[in-house]
Amino acid sequence: MHIDYKLRGTTLTASLHGEIDHHTAAIARSEIDMEIDRVKATGLNLDLSDISFCDSSGLGLVMGRLKKMKAGGGSAVVVNPSERVEKVLTLAGIDTLMPIKKEERK
Amino acid sequence: MSISPLNRFKAEFPAKSINEGYARMVAAAFVSQLDPTVADLADIKTAVSEAVTNCIVHAYRDKTDYCPIYITGAYYPDGKTVITVRDKGCGIEDISKAVTPLYTTDTGGERSGMGFTIMESFCDKMTVSSRVGKGTTVRLVKKIVRPQS
Repeated sequence: MHIDYKLRGTTLTASLHGEIDHHTAAIARSEIDMEIDRVKATGLNLDLSDISFCDSSGLGLVMGRLKKMKAGGGSAVVVNPSERVEKVLTLAGIDTLMPIKKEERK
Repeated sequence: MSISPLNRFKAEFPAKSINEGYARMVAAAFVSQLDPTVADLADIKTAVSEAVTNCIVHAYRDKTDYCPIYITGAYYPDGKTVITVRDKGCGIEDISKAVTPLYTTDTGGERSGMGFTIMESFCDKMTVSSRVGKGTTVRLVKKIVRPQS
């Protein structure tokens, strides 16, 4: 698992690469939170387009970041999950709590 | 009369989170012998990942000595595939509560409470047997049939 960051204004895009399970989610969680705090982001895009595996830990990771952003008055969006990743995320109705955005791949 | 499996495997490893990836790869490698669809293979990997994560996060949460996780797999002539994940951890007091969607005992962490729900919906059948203080076995059944082209 590795993560790339891009900041536009105060919106942080975190692009996650690799597999999300309980092991990697713990690492991603602390890394992303540190970056959110460092740049004082008010918006968070979690780009999951390059996630090849995701179990319920991914759900926890996304929900946790949404909670953190909302607690600070901000917002969070999931961007480009694969059909597979989306299947896991929507099983718990995450799509009713936050937008899942699908963008054209460049 | 019981039909014997065409093939089977066993694996044992310590309950370390880094082995979650190992566990699902072992199961995937075994099931791959049946030439499954990408979706079926992903279902198996996800279900095994959930079962193994439960052993690490819940079954052995208070233990520090060697905590073994045992996985077995078998497939049958009709494509029926059975994977079991067993631990010798704390056991589950109330199984029906544990498998309830969104229920988690991990209130401080970021567990979603969806582990058993995912196992149930990604497999044809899931059964949990457990004894408090002895351990838990999760049995995952999925029929792997290659679609006719």
